[in-house]
Amino acid sequence: MLGKLGSLLLTLFLASLLVFFSRFLVPGDPIDFLLRGRKPNPEAIAELTKQYGLDLPPWQQYLNWVVGILHGDFGRSLQYRQDVSTVIGERLPVTFGLVVMAGLIITVVGLAAGIVAALNKGRLLDRAILILLTVLAAIPSFVGSIVLIGVFAVQLGWFPSFGSGSGFVDTIYHLILPSIALAIVFIVLIGKVTRTSMVDQLGREHVEVATSRGLPRATVIRRHVLRNAIGPILTVSGVLVAGLLVASTIVESAFGLAGIGSLLVQSVDRLDFPVVQAIVLLVVAAFVVVNAVVDVLEPVIDPRSAAGAGAR
Amino acid sequence: MTTPTPTMAVRVLRAPRTRRPALLWTISLCVLVAITAAALLAPLVAPYDPDHVDFSAIYASPSPAHWLGADGLGRDTLSRLIYGARTALLGPLIVVIASTVVGILLGLLAAWRSGWIDAILGRVFDVLFAFPSLLIAIMAVALFGKGLVAPVIAMSIAYAPFVARLTRSLVIAERNRPYVAAYRVQGFGGGWIALRRVLPNVSPIVGAQSTLNFGYVLAELAGLSFLGLGVQAPTADWGAMINEAQAGIVGGHLLPAIVPAVAVVIVVVAVNIVGEELSERIGGGRA
Repeated sequence: MLGKLGSLLLTLFLASLLVFFSRFLVPGDPIDFLLRGRKPNPEAIAELTKQYGLDLPPWQQYLNWVVGILHGDFGRSLQYRQDVSTVIGERLPVTFGLVVMAGLIITVVGLAAGIVAALNKGRLLDRAILILLTVLAAIPSFVGSIVLIGVFAVQLGWFPSFGSGSGFVDTIYHLILPSIALAIVFIVLIGKVTRTSMVDQLGREHVEVATSRGLPRATVIRRHVLRNAIGPILTVSGVLVAGLLVASTIVESAFGLAGIGSLLVQSVDRLDFPVVQAIVLLVVAAFVVVNAVVDVLEPVIDPRSAAGAGAR
Repeated sequence: MTTPTPTMAVRVLRAPRTRRPALLWTISLCVLVAITAAALLAPLVAPYDPDHVDFSAIYASPSPAHWLGADGLGRDTLSRLIYGARTALLGPLIVVIASTVVGILLGLLAAWRSGWIDAILGRVFDVLFAFPSLLIAIMAVALFGKGLVAPVIAMSIAYAPFVARLTRSLVIAERNRPYVAAYRVQGFGGGWIALRRVLPNVSPIVGAQSTLNFGYVLAELAGLSFLGLGVQAPTADWGAMINEAQAGIVGGHLLPAIVPAVAVVIVVVAVNIVGEELSERIGGGRA
């Protein structure tokens, strides 16, 4: 029996195999693939052969790649002629800020919508929130981006439409519209999970008992409903973070932000495969790490889950 | 809880008894039929050639000549919208069908044969769940080049595990039903029972759930074209149209970008309403 953490590490290992060996799915000489669209001068060929160890057997190439990554070496970018880790490192703060701000919006709005809907289950307010969530679910981040740019940046001129600004306050100001565009679809995820989870708990016997013993409603909800309902919400956070990172490709491109999302698109566009590989692996790693953190946190928040570990 | 029986078709067609107003589902269905028809009959319906450049109509406002205005090259937005519906709908259609067929077969295999096949498939699905579908599509473009083919194949692979997991849980519940035991006693082979008796019982439920994927796939493929990695300009496609219209937004020309964006939202809402209603009627809360 593999523990949850072991299972996550295995997932990460298998994902790294997939990311690395995907290159071998492309028919033809790997040099041609890596050099697509570039002048095949002998110097570049020699450099690439050395970097990828193309004269080595595939498993050795993989091993070198993984050992390099564990030392923070993701190889060299073909478009920038710099280390991939440097290129990504320069752009990580923007994406980090964007994802954190979107995460805050999602948590606050999503939880609030789910809690209010659950407490008013079946009433008009619940129906209104559900309809609103259905509509929000249909607003992909590129639609959200262009509408927000069109209305709040161009027509009203309240916010900048381009770039990430400089300095702390200015950066946050620049990231407000992008983080809203990024958050929209994911608010629905958290809102719906929260509502379902809360409704489930509200119908439980222990809640009835607590209420009948005369505990104030606010206390019952805070201590007996919300605390028990938090488990399923935490469970989706791994999917949430990975989803946010991927959706940031669209938002960053729309708002002209220099983060790793727009870097991924640009690297695909400029046939810079080492950067693509590194970013894809980072997203998967983020998914695994967040899931691992949730796995560690869960027994702290809900001691029952330690007893029932293994059951997802 | 009733077993899905041959009366399935009857139940699907029967008027909904649920809280959702039937009106909404009728409207959604009509919208989808109308858009599909427009896409199929594009050359007959569209007022202009979608690629016809008319410099006198650059950023034209809506008028009898151009109902939805024209874009930065004076191309008629309505005509591009109608032609664009083709790629916008075809991609998700292929993904939903392919992922459903593959997912159902893999889910059936995992549940029916259990043991090591189930374990290996479960592991493979776990790995795929770690890759958001749009990421797999972007990687496919990085490997095989821009366009719609590689992303559509990649997304079919990305969505299949979700279908397989649902199928697996349904088949496991189905496996313990008396009718399966009855067939076994009568000497029917396991494979025959699985494919001819269990499969028809679970596939409508799975299929209804899969229609819900259509909206997500449509949004993701449009997003890919918006990024310039999917359908390539100047081909009329909703995502590519928004990509091309981006430059005009800063100049205040919102319409060429908003029109395809609204189309995406309308189709996704309609598909989700129809899909949820279908799952409700067919699955009866089982899925």
